[in-house]
Amino acid sequence: MDSAKTAALRGIIAKARRYDMFVSALGLLFLSFGIFVLAALFIDMAITGFGRINADFFTNFPSRRPAEAGILSSWVGSLLVMFVTASVAVPLGIAGAIYLEEYARKNTFTAIIEINITNLAGVPSIIYGLLALGLFVYTFKLGQSILTAGLTLGLLILPIVITATREALRAIPQHIREAAYACGASQWQVVSDHLLKYSTPGILTGVIIGMSRAIGETAPIITIGALTFIAFLPPAPGQLNIETGQPAGLFDWLFSPFTVMPIQIFNWTSRPDPRFHENAAAASFVLVFMTLSMNALAIWLRYRLRKNIKW
Amino acid sequence: MAVATTDALASNANAKLAEFAANKKARQRREKAIEAVLFLAASVSVLTTLGIVYILVRESITFFANVPLSDFLFDDQWTPLFDDAHYGIMVLLSGTITSSFVALCIAIPMGTVIAIYLSEFAGHKTRETLKPMLELLSGVPTIIYGFFALLVVTPLLQKVIPGLPGFNILSAGIVMGIMIIPYVASLSEDAMRAVPMSLREGSYAMGGTRFQTAKNVVFPAAFSGIASAYILGISRAVGETMILAVAAGMQPTLSFNPMEPAATITSFIVQVAMGDLPHGSIGYQTIFAAGAALMLLTLVFNMLGFYLRKKYREAY
Amino acid sequence: MPSIITLPQNPPPMKAEAKNLSFFYGDFKALKGVNMPVYENKVTALIGPSGCGKSTLLRCFNRMHDLYPGHRYDGAINLMPDGVDILHKDVDPIEVRMRISMVFQKPNPFPKSIFENVAYGLKVRGEKNRSVLDDKVEAALKGAALWNEAKDRLNELAVNLSGGQQQRLCIARALATEPEIILFDEPTSALDPIATGSIEELIGEIKHKVSVLIVTHNMQQAARVSDYTAYMYLGEMMEYGETNDIFMKPKRKETEDYITGRFG
Repeated sequence: MDSAKTAALRGIIAKARRYDMFVSALGLLFLSFGIFVLAALFIDMAITGFGRINADFFTNFPSRRPAEAGILSSWVGSLLVMFVTASVAVPLGIAGAIYLEEYARKNTFTAIIEINITNLAGVPSIIYGLLALGLFVYTFKLGQSILTAGLTLGLLILPIVITATREALRAIPQHIREAAYACGASQWQVVSDHLLKYSTPGILTGVIIGMSRAIGETAPIITIGALTFIAFLPPAPGQLNIETGQPAGLFDWLFSPFTVMPIQIFNWTSRPDPRFHENAAAASFVLVFMTLSMNALAIWLRYRLRKNIKW
Repeated sequence: MAVATTDALASNANAKLAEFAANKKARQRREKAIEAVLFLAASVSVLTTLGIVYILVRESITFFANVPLSDFLFDDQWTPLFDDAHYGIMVLLSGTITSSFVALCIAIPMGTVIAIYLSEFAGHKTRETLKPMLELLSGVPTIIYGFFALLVVTPLLQKVIPGLPGFNILSAGIVMGIMIIPYVASLSEDAMRAVPMSLREGSYAMGGTRFQTAKNVVFPAAFSGIASAYILGISRAVGETMILAVAAGMQPTLSFNPMEPAATITSFIVQVAMGDLPHGSIGYQTIFAAGAALMLLTLVFNMLGFYLRKKYREAY
Repeated sequence: MPSIITLPQNPPPMKAEAKNLSFFYGDFKALKGVNMPVYENKVTALIGPSGCGKSTLLRCFNRMHDLYPGHRYDGAINLMPDGVDILHKDVDPIEVRMRISMVFQKPNPFPKSIFENVAYGLKVRGEKNRSVLDDKVEAALKGAALWNEAKDRLNELAVNLSGGQQQRLCIARALATEPEIILFDEPTSALDPIATGSIEELIGEIKHKVSVLIVTHNMQQAARVSDYTAYMYLGEMMEYGETNDIFMKPKRKETEDYITGRFG
């Protein structure tokens, strides 16, 4: 190879290498931009709202006076709705996933179920809101209640739980199942004694991600008709009703009007008074903190999973 | 002696067999019952879809009994709650299209470059640290993104673009785009990483650099998976509600200018749902008609994405 | 017992030479002080049982190991006539790969057209002139005995070719850039006997233009195709010499055991 050709070749390689560096830098830049926005968001919430975060904020009801407004009804509402959501999504999701992964045969009906799950994962959350409004609130007469909200969000995150559970089950190698069968276990015993136990971390990851999604959902809850100014808590079982003098039933809270954190934030953001924006920032900080912690927990769990399981 | 033993053996064996059979029946009944319960759980997804279709169709039928389909498709105004009501879905669609377009102009290029970087350039440690951080971005509730768009991004943009109204599509679209980046990046990166190393080695052995290999070999090979990631991004953008409800204003105008406020299909539904809607009124039915239009749109994209994902899985 | 290297009486010009080459994957020493010549316009075969390090040695020649973390070279591979050690850290691996091409075990055409596959190496070197590309692609495809089958399908996707045709396409791709050495890593182990035969014939013709280093687990192939053979075991060069000598009169018992099938 003569020196002129070599020099030309080296020039071309150098140019290609420069392109490489440019693309690499661009990728890192964009990635950093995304992370920067996340940090900026979090910090902005913190700075604007931090002044408002004190014990009173958590124990006050919303009020027309911004300095006195708090998130009591909304975080209690969120908690109760999440409880119903989990009660719907977790058993149905795990059971459905077990059926699809361990029992279902390859036929058209199974294919229909699977297509449905994939499809529903991509349906906008507001459509679930419409489903809830038309069907749950009016046709089934469940009202604009915590029960409706929990059912709706449960259905919303169902595909997430199902998919995560299926993947966790799929990760268990076949020879573990064979060993259990060889010991004389029935199919359900293999599932309940072995598979569910080994796939718990994966299932947990899916449930956490689903719940963190549900807790931040606003659109379906608005559509159902959750009111934005709720200055009372749903009746705890046994609590005496001031007006009627009767104690509340065990399940009365399910049918109570309610509000949740995202809606409170939405309400405060929509007001022109900037002091309410401070409240919104404070509530947002709490909400973001909760969702980010849940997501981080799920990610850490997934990471631990990958490291520890050695079949 | 031998005959007697065989007889005794035979009747003993039969009794044992009957016992086994009875046990088997009992166990099978239990197992079948369990399987039925699990099957019902799995069918909930089908029931959900049926529920959605039923409710959208039922209310839309009532709606279209009063409003001709041609009006719905071609009218250029959307004023369903006025006395002189107009029901042109194009108006809302224009808002949806404009906001999605702005969002995708950000999410697709940035998401793809990030995916290429993570898949072909980044070292193992970098990828394992930065990728989860990026995924956190998609875990922030959209109402908070809306807040951010209205109170942080819009003022910033107003400094650069004088005359930008307080409610506008641009701001909402940009924040939407940032929110969608992790979806596009993560799925595209998964698709690229699935390309076998032997294909890349062919390019490296010819003296290719990382970017040349990424552009000429990895990207085309992973294309169906990447395309399905893009489709997911589009689907997400079209269905997004809260960012637009908070930051884009709620003015239904037939316009494709992102510097104005506008209403999308999704923000309209929220706006109406927040007000007082008598059940059974035409206003009430409007949101279901709009929802049906949205559902059709999303369905088309979902099917496309599903088809592309199937193609990509077949390649390997 | 140190390796037995029998150099030919009147050696042809040397194209490359491994000098005391060792290679580490992390802490594992995969190659142990290998010395081996690669003669110009000749075919040199590397044989040995699984895990003996023949592919590892091959991939040192085009710095393929650089793609994976945890690699370490010790020793040198000198490329003639300049005598530069291509393993040296100041040498750009991309430049090495532009002069030394490789054909892999499993055919790995790019998801592109036949023409684009063969032209890729030229484009990477900055060749933009369409008529130059056309000529070189045609020459390469002819050199790989694929021109007649491909000339009417140049714009079709390469993955539509049969296994044997794909491998010949990969050879054309390697030839197009007129390399000084072509490395073959078990090129026929994924192919049927007829395709194998045509590839072996091709190698016999290619060697007149290029030097060839081929790894094969098929001894008979080594005997058919190569001029020189090296037997490796557990990362060491056990014996090297002219192919006829290695197969007829091996000097080490280990070599003889492997060749006669008593071992490996």
